[in-house]
Amino acid sequence: MNSIALKMLFGDRAKYLMLLAGLTFSTMLIVQQGSIFWGLMMWSQSGISNINVPVWVTDPHINQVEEVKPLADTAVNIVRSVPGVEWAVPLYKGVQRARLADGNFQQISLVGLDAATLLGRPSVVIAGDIQNLRIPEAVALDQEAVKRLGGPTRMQVGTVFEINDQRARVVAIVDVQKSFQNIPFVYTTYQRALSYTPPERRKLSFVLVNPVEGVTPEALAKRIEHETELGAFTAEAFGWKTISWVLEHTGIGVNFGTTVLLGFLVGMAIAGQTFYLFTVENLKQFGALKAIGAHTGMLARMILLQSFTVGIIGYGIGVGLATFFGLTAGKGGALPYMETWPLLVGVFIALLGICGISSAISIRKLAKLEPAIVFRN
Amino acid sequence: MPHSASLHDSDTQTLVHVRGITKSFGEGETRISVLNGVDLDVVMGEILLLVGPSGSGKTTLLSVIGGILDADEGEIHIEGQSIANLSPSAKTRFRRDNLGFVFQQYNLLPTLTAGENAAVPLLIRGVPKKPAIAQAADMLTKLGLGERIHAIPSRLSGGEQQRVAIARALVGEPRLLLCDEPTASLDGDTGHKVLEQLQRVGRQSDRAMIIVTHDTRVFEFGDRIVHMDDGVIHMVQRHGDKAP
Repeated sequence: MNSIALKMLFGDRAKYLMLLAGLTFSTMLIVQQGSIFWGLMMWSQSGISNINVPVWVTDPHINQVEEVKPLADTAVNIVRSVPGVEWAVPLYKGVQRARLADGNFQQISLVGLDAATLLGRPSVVIAGDIQNLRIPEAVALDQEAVKRLGGPTRMQVGTVFEINDQRARVVAIVDVQKSFQNIPFVYTTYQRALSYTPPERRKLSFVLVNPVEGVTPEALAKRIEHETELGAFTAEAFGWKTISWVLEHTGIGVNFGTTVLLGFLVGMAIAGQTFYLFTVENLKQFGALKAIGAHTGMLARMILLQSFTVGIIGYGIGVGLATFFGLTAGKGGALPYMETWPLLVGVFIALLGICGISSAISIRKLAKLEPAIVFRN
Repeated sequence: MPHSASLHDSDTQTLVHVRGITKSFGEGETRISVLNGVDLDVVMGEILLLVGPSGSGKTTLLSVIGGILDADEGEIHIEGQSIANLSPSAKTRFRRDNLGFVFQQYNLLPTLTAGENAAVPLLIRGVPKKPAIAQAADMLTKLGLGERIHAIPSRLSGGEQQRVAIARALVGEPRLLLCDEPTASLDGDTGHKVLEQLQRVGRQSDRAMIIVTHDTRVFEFGDRIVHMDDGVIHMVQRHGDKAP
């Protein structure tokens, strides 16, 4: 009866297309919004992922990576003294102003790396040499900085511009993940970053730490907190802390959650209603099948097959459309679009849920259907 | 005075044996008795017409014999099997394996071809699609629809659709064929032709047919005509008897 069920589905062209459109739209909306949401969350913790070290030490009351609560410079040595620390280096992170050639100003996120090791430097260098950060006045720009500070024709390796009225010379152009606030990144050495910034008693933003072999980042973070009373987080924990803060304080979760829920409900409403109509309009035919000897379980399997078939086709088209959107609108990282397999699996399960609930409404109707209906005119 | 349509000939083999069937719908003041103690025997090879005015209980009797409705009282045996004692799923299996149905409104699946529609009972039994369609095509050919096997119902005339429904009812070689007003949606000539084909293809020595009808023009096809009114059989005519 499977082929009969599929023929019933595909043969009723109008309802099939309506079902397909509903489920495709639902899938596309949930995948697209989910991917943008997750992309934004990744951007929100790009300050951590771009640096890529296992343990971050900072003020214990910090909420997220973009919120800097400066420490005393002595914190680096204090952390180095904790057993299990292989190395610990300082990191400066703060928003400063760069002056453009036309006299305008542009906010930049200045990152100061340990000059000796350049630990936390970007791994993808598009032009120049990141090792040249050690030469005087040297800075490295990310691609967003190149765009915002005058474009690729003006901002190249060798170009000189100003940060807080001090000269900066571009020695490398790097590729990193954008930040949630979309402020461009400018990399330099720790000491030079301090010289670019106005005088303050405390300027150390973070201490980046690596555990010795045999010590997990989690264990080391706990030990540092216990022995120094500083805040210590693994990169993963710090990332989640940042995401939690963004979700709690920006309303972005509610916003995207509402859209995703809307996609789910619209999909379910269209699929449920169309399937129910499909069943009601074929009630006499289903009654005839029951009279002929088809039991309710067989009819239920037919309905489920129809529902899941159109669901899987709709899922495929919906994911395809959402991916096309991500590849075109999000080209070159212009949009925070991150389509992950857990999202796709989640949407697939949600879609199966939509199909299951829609089918259940129809199956309930069929289960109560008396085959005697076929004898009523 | 109610009549009994039971048979006592020793050389006939009873296929359907109905005794004391009652059936009512509703409760309390709205209760309506539709069958009030019906006795009926149908023998193998017989075509029995159930006739009577609207509301006389003939379609309800057909539904009860077909195991689609449960009787309140009485017993029904088809080929010795008591229908009343079967569970709902066993009744469904019994209908699948032993009964064929022809409905007034055909009730064909609109997106399936004539061949696929006629093959449905075999597919329900689990016969693979290819042999099922081949068997259905044979049956349709016997009913004069060999050229229309691939047509969907909306491309068929009323008479053709009813013949597809008859093919669907006969394809599983049922022991008992139950037809509810099979000519009611057809004009006189077409209805006559359809019943002619039903009689020609469907009549077999080990099968019986019960046909509910209003149509006096088809009375000639019945071996017996059972007249019902107010839920009882009040007259039984054999073929060739003078009309009342």
